[in-house]
Amino acid sequence: MWKTVLRRVLVMIPQLLILSFLVFVLAKMMPGDPFTGQINPNLDPKQIIRLKHELGLYDPVPVQYTRWLVNLFHGDLGQSYIQKVPVTSLIADRAVNTFWLSLLTTVLTYVLAVPMGIIAGRHQDEWQDQGIQIFNYITFAIPGFVFYILGIWLFGFVLGWFPITGSVSASASGFWEVVGSRFYHMVLPALLFSLITTTSIVQYLRTGIVDNKVEDYVRTARSKGVPENVVFDKHILRNSLLPIAAFMGTTITDLLGGSMIIESVFSYPGMGKLFLDSISERDYTTLTALILLFGILTLVGNLLSDIIMSIIDPRIRIQ
Amino acid sequence: MEKQSDLLLDIQHLHTGYRLQGKFYDAADDVNLTLKRDEILAIVGESGCGKSTIASSIIGLYDHKNTKVTGDILYNELNLVGLNESLFNKIRGDKIGMIFQDPLASLNPLMRVGEQVAETLYYHTDMKEAARHARVIELFNQVGMPKPEEMYRMYPHELSGGLRQRVVIAMAIACKPEIIIADEPTTALDVTIQAQILDLLEDIQKQSHSGIVLITHDLGVVAETADEVAVMYAGQVVEKADVKTIFEHPLHPYTRSLLNSMPQSDDESEDLHVIQGTVPSLKYMPREGDRFAARIPWIPASDHEKEPAVHEVEPGHWVRCTCWKNFHFQADQKVSGE
Amino acid sequence: MAKEIIKIDDLKVHYPIRSGFWNRITDYVRAVDGINFSINEGETYGLIGESGSGKSTTGKAIVGVEKVTSGRVLYKGVDITKSGNRRRLDYNKDVQMIFQDSMSSLNPRKRIEDIIAEPIRNFEKLTTDQERDRVQELLDIVGMPSDAIYKYPHEFSGGQRQRIGVARAVATNPKLIVADEPTSALDLSVQAQVLNFMKHIQQQYGIAYLFISHDLGVVKHMSENLAIMHRGRLVELGSREEIYRHPVHIYTKRLLSAIPVVDVDNREAHKRQRALVEREFQENQSKWYDKDGRVYPLQKVAENHFVALPEDAAAAAKIKELKEKERD
Repeated sequence: MWKTVLRRVLVMIPQLLILSFLVFVLAKMMPGDPFTGQINPNLDPKQIIRLKHELGLYDPVPVQYTRWLVNLFHGDLGQSYIQKVPVTSLIADRAVNTFWLSLLTTVLTYVLAVPMGIIAGRHQDEWQDQGIQIFNYITFAIPGFVFYILGIWLFGFVLGWFPITGSVSASASGFWEVVGSRFYHMVLPALLFSLITTTSIVQYLRTGIVDNKVEDYVRTARSKGVPENVVFDKHILRNSLLPIAAFMGTTITDLLGGSMIIESVFSYPGMGKLFLDSISERDYTTLTALILLFGILTLVGNLLSDIIMSIIDPRIRIQ
Repeated sequence: MEKQSDLLLDIQHLHTGYRLQGKFYDAADDVNLTLKRDEILAIVGESGCGKSTIASSIIGLYDHKNTKVTGDILYNELNLVGLNESLFNKIRGDKIGMIFQDPLASLNPLMRVGEQVAETLYYHTDMKEAARHARVIELFNQVGMPKPEEMYRMYPHELSGGLRQRVVIAMAIACKPEIIIADEPTTALDVTIQAQILDLLEDIQKQSHSGIVLITHDLGVVAETADEVAVMYAGQVVEKADVKTIFEHPLHPYTRSLLNSMPQSDDESEDLHVIQGTVPSLKYMPREGDRFAARIPWIPASDHEKEPAVHEVEPGHWVRCTCWKNFHFQADQKVSGE
Repeated sequence: MAKEIIKIDDLKVHYPIRSGFWNRITDYVRAVDGINFSINEGETYGLIGESGSGKSTTGKAIVGVEKVTSGRVLYKGVDITKSGNRRRLDYNKDVQMIFQDSMSSLNPRKRIEDIIAEPIRNFEKLTTDQERDRVQELLDIVGMPSDAIYKYPHEFSGGQRQRIGVARAVATNPKLIVADEPTSALDLSVQAQVLNFMKHIQQQYGIAYLFISHDLGVVKHMSENLAIMHRGRLVELGSREEIYRHPVHIYTKRLLSAIPVVDVDNREAHKRQRALVEREFQENQSKWYDKDGRVYPLQKVAENHFVALPEDAAAAAKIKELKEKERD
């Protein structure tokens, strides 16, 4: 198995190289540059051209890409054009925020989705199931940002329970106070985000239970005299839950995608917001670095899913 | 008194109906059967005749919302029809073992096979874990599985079809049940494996003096293993006798037609016998008169009984309706379709 | 002497097994491992085997839907494992296939008319009226009512669908139909109907069948010549009489003894016989299979009877065979 994992990791390298090249070229094809919209009347246009020359922005794209790649191998992701700080430290700050938000979202997602899926599957077509289905249709049909804005309006403005921007209160001091404040800032976005991400897990679990219920091996278990509640827990539920565990790997992708919207709506300083900002500001170095990171995380997530799957399902073995 | 205790199952006037668009339709319609100790009772018929319905009615495994079971299924004076679930769970797996058609589908894919067998013991014995393990190994030996210790830890997909069916059999006989119900136990298996599994079932029956209900569509399997045979058509038992009588002196037109359509004859140029028409589906099954009449239309209606009853023609040989008396095959009934 | 329609010459279909760090090919699954036989015009040739024997792969290789590793399939003397030759000879029109699962082999969204007309449209240019007449004629041949053309596959029973499959296969006036377990999913009386139609069509149109099945009773009923396949190779090949009356290879004997016999009086004797054969099969593997467990090449033991035996054993079997015949 470890050989396969190693092979999969090695295969990821060319995948990432191709990805980074495409992203680099696409970014360069976008109209404008880091100085668009920042025309400082005190700055001589010649000065800007000189600056751009210094930064190598007039070199042919392949030359710029090669330079970026060589630097990458030296562990240098470059300087952010806009923030004037190394990209690595810029991302590191934001990554921590996104990590905690994602973790809380994941926990809430599973805490909500698993019981909902079980109830829906167990009481298939009864009122409990129908209620959950309606909830699912709503969260599925409403676009994320509309849902978030509604949430902000209700919980932030009308009820005033939660803060609606930022990741930490400026007035917080001391370790526990900061931690508390950070958590307080995360609750609303994580909760709203998780309500959106539960949909697929609830559906998946419900379908798994409904399908497993009528499998022959469940009938076999009953024919052995196994009581019905044990048949449900030990055979039906267990076999339906295990594939859900493998979902954890692919949630990484969902979380990264979703973080862009949720972080923008909440002005939460995470990687998703950084990504959108770096696009609008033509911050190529930050943008390519982030894409590379997202790419790695997605591939690692998929690999993780496969590994989890092969551990829990004896029929799937990666040799 | 001795005779009495030899009777394991006494099925009287069993009606099992399934709900289709709000109405119940009997898939098993007034079935009367008995199973004795040391006996293999074969229930034979084509798909849709109700043979599997009888199996699920005996063991009480059906969708209770959409199934209506009436009549009596007596096991040691206990009526299994309408028995409450917790009592039934004490009987299922302990007194009645069940073997299914598709051994791969009937095993939990994510559980080691040894544990699946041990599960039966957990619910019906006081054995501790080590004792259960030992008993499973013993069972694996009994059903002829090589390297039982290794097999214990295997998952179903790692075993061949024949071995999987042996696991299912081990599961069914773990608590030495008095009754074993085998629903098409060899249909999914290769012919050489089928022979081994049938031999194994016979051996188990001889050792344990249990009674086996063997449900099958395969007349060859019936001829090789059964003691008593019930032939079913459209939800009813149309003929019942010992195996020799069924194959050597069949009386009911359906039994005779079915035997004729077997590609067994040495005369290869001959066309096989074809029964006119098709088996009616559950919803459109004729509920009055002889259900087989439509498929032998050259037999005049006067030869059929208005309400066909089961008659004991000779001791132990039961035939439904009186139409068999004047029954004859048609001369050119070879390729006819519908 | 009947004319040969197709000749299978040392046909092999191997699938690679990949393993190790670089995922390189380390071995092969020898699904079909060098088989030879030929089918005459208008005859039914039986190919018998258990699951995993390679019988279905052989059938698929013959119709050209399975990639052949080596060997040839000669049709009119031309090797049709090359797709260029298949096109040139109209092979795909002349050779058709019937499948076991009639439900999944018929497109559920198409009406019967379109299902049966599809092969005609591929190979012939007919007007709409001519095409409809042809479809009606084909349905008539398999005993289906004429209003069937407007219906969909799910509206028919398994036996009826299988007859529609036969009608579709016959639509292009083929010379050979490969029938892979055509009746395995059917009830006895329905099976009888389908088999009868297949026989009648054969007599009427002179079609040859390659009848692939695990059911020795059915094959015996249908075919004049047959071959028994095991582990990708043929263990015994010959006329029906030779194989069923004088089986030589232990695997053939094992298969034959495993068929349930409708002879209640002798079932104990039959069972003992079966146990004897099984023991011989289990204990004398080395006598009947080479050191890698593979089947030996076929040796002639009698007229139209070939058995997979090592060379010296073949001579012995020949003598035994002759003696047995004298006794008959």
